[in-house]
Amino acid sequence: MSAGRRLLRAASLAAALGLWQLLTSLDVDLWLRFEQFPTVGEVASALADRAGTAEYWQDLGFSLRRIAIGFLLAAVLGVATGTAVARSRWADDLLGPLIEVARPVPAIALVPVAILLLPTNEQGIVFITFAAAFFPVVVSTRHAVRALSPVWEEAVLTMGGGRLRVLFSVVLPGALPGIFGGLSVGVGVSWICVISAEMISGEYGVGYRTWQAYTVVDYPGVFVGMVTIGALGWLTSTAVELLGGRATNWLPRPAVRPVTRRAFTPAVPAKEPVA
Amino acid sequence: MSTTTTLPVTTTRTGAELALHRAELGHAGVPPVLGELDLRVTPGEVLTVVGPSGCGKSTLLRTLAGLLPPLAGEATQDGQPIRRPGADRALVFQHDALLPWRTVRANIELPLAIRRVPRTERRRAAADWLDRVELSGHAGRLPHQLSGGQRQRVQLARALAGRPRAVLMDEPFGALDAHTRSGMQDLLVDILRDTGATVVFVTHDVDEALYLGDRIALLAAGQVLDVPHPRRRDAASATTALRRRILASL
Repeated sequence: MSAGRRLLRAASLAAALGLWQLLTSLDVDLWLRFEQFPTVGEVASALADRAGTAEYWQDLGFSLRRIAIGFLLAAVLGVATGTAVARSRWADDLLGPLIEVARPVPAIALVPVAILLLPTNEQGIVFITFAAAFFPVVVSTRHAVRALSPVWEEAVLTMGGGRLRVLFSVVLPGALPGIFGGLSVGVGVSWICVISAEMISGEYGVGYRTWQAYTVVDYPGVFVGMVTIGALGWLTSTAVELLGGRATNWLPRPAVRPVTRRAFTPAVPAKEPVA
Repeated sequence: MSTTTTLPVTTTRTGAELALHRAELGHAGVPPVLGELDLRVTPGEVLTVVGPSGCGKSTLLRTLAGLLPPLAGEATQDGQPIRRPGADRALVFQHDALLPWRTVRANIELPLAIRRVPRTERRRAAADWLDRVELSGHAGRLPHQLSGGQRQRVQLARALAGRPRAVLMDEPFGALDAHTRSGMQDLLVDILRDTGATVVFVTHDVDEALYLGDRIALLAAGQVLDVPHPRRRDAASATTALRRRILASL
């Protein structure tokens, strides 16, 4: 990215922070009320205080671990299920209706299910994180696999390749751009659900701590939680995008302008209602 | 170009005999595209197939490849029924059949990888084929970084690298400009010379069919004609009458 573009991005963030500081320090009350709202300075000093405690980093570790396990499970099982449903009529008939019925249920509404089914809260939170990311990954994988050109498969078949060869040399690499579209959506939805689940039933974690701050009317603490969630979400989705860009660097680059760092664009847009 | 003694890239094996016996071709559930077809492609010959578009040329190739079972009758290779696609019968498509995420080299190595040829041998064979199709400098490129003609040369190399006994070509030069096309025809004649493979070459270009084919099958008319001087550019005058006859049949 050019220095100019970096500057513009930094300026955009700085302007938003500046506006926030201005509105809150002046206690603006123009229908929207900023008197109670913590200023940037208050949030920053609260963040600095919190970052100095072991508890903060412990919460962060808990949330990241829940995301990592739930999301990775969803990625692996989602790609496997999506591929199976797209490639086999048998799997489609068997799993298709189940997926379609379960998909509209918001993952966070599965809290009672998680509590009934799983022995520990921790497993319940991971389960909800998994359920949130699973469906976007399944749906985008299914679309991506179905959209593959049959010519590639026929070429491999007429070279003597079997089912496994077709799967690993054609289907999975060819569907990868679409799969990463689903993974990008999935990791975002995972964060929404892990934080919500922590707020409801956690004992540790960024979501739990944020809710705790709210119950004791510690507004700067609430904002520390939000900033932390924002940063973590940005970090993980950037990691997924980078990985996707790396894994699909064979895609033709746009020829219109020289691009130094190519943004990753999924071939199949995957949209999932926020759970 | 050096011919390696350790690994023959080409084979002296004879080409496959392909045949259709009272075959009806097409997709299940719809009326057959081609009905009651008898055809025998003799080992090692180049049979060109011409016919108006939609007459079932691609269906014929896909049936011979084993991708599409005949609706009735039988498709055979050396007298044995063709039941599934296999490495014996390579298919060359009109375009976009290279795997876009594999480099040129990796595409050419693919049929060898499928056969579990060791990596060093694969490398050597791919390098040799790249040399033959004059793309040695492009081994590390991706298909979309090549021109249409270059991509088709890679496809030829990929199809032949697997040392098939028959090569089925579905208008492989159909999307190329006239100049590139005639160069590709010469290249094809050159690289086919010592493979011994049987070739079924589908085209809608009568001149291409006359130049490349030992025989020409007129699919719509159900006739197979001998070509007097196959693969000679100076034979045009000798084939004028034949050319007229083919054009009339289309």
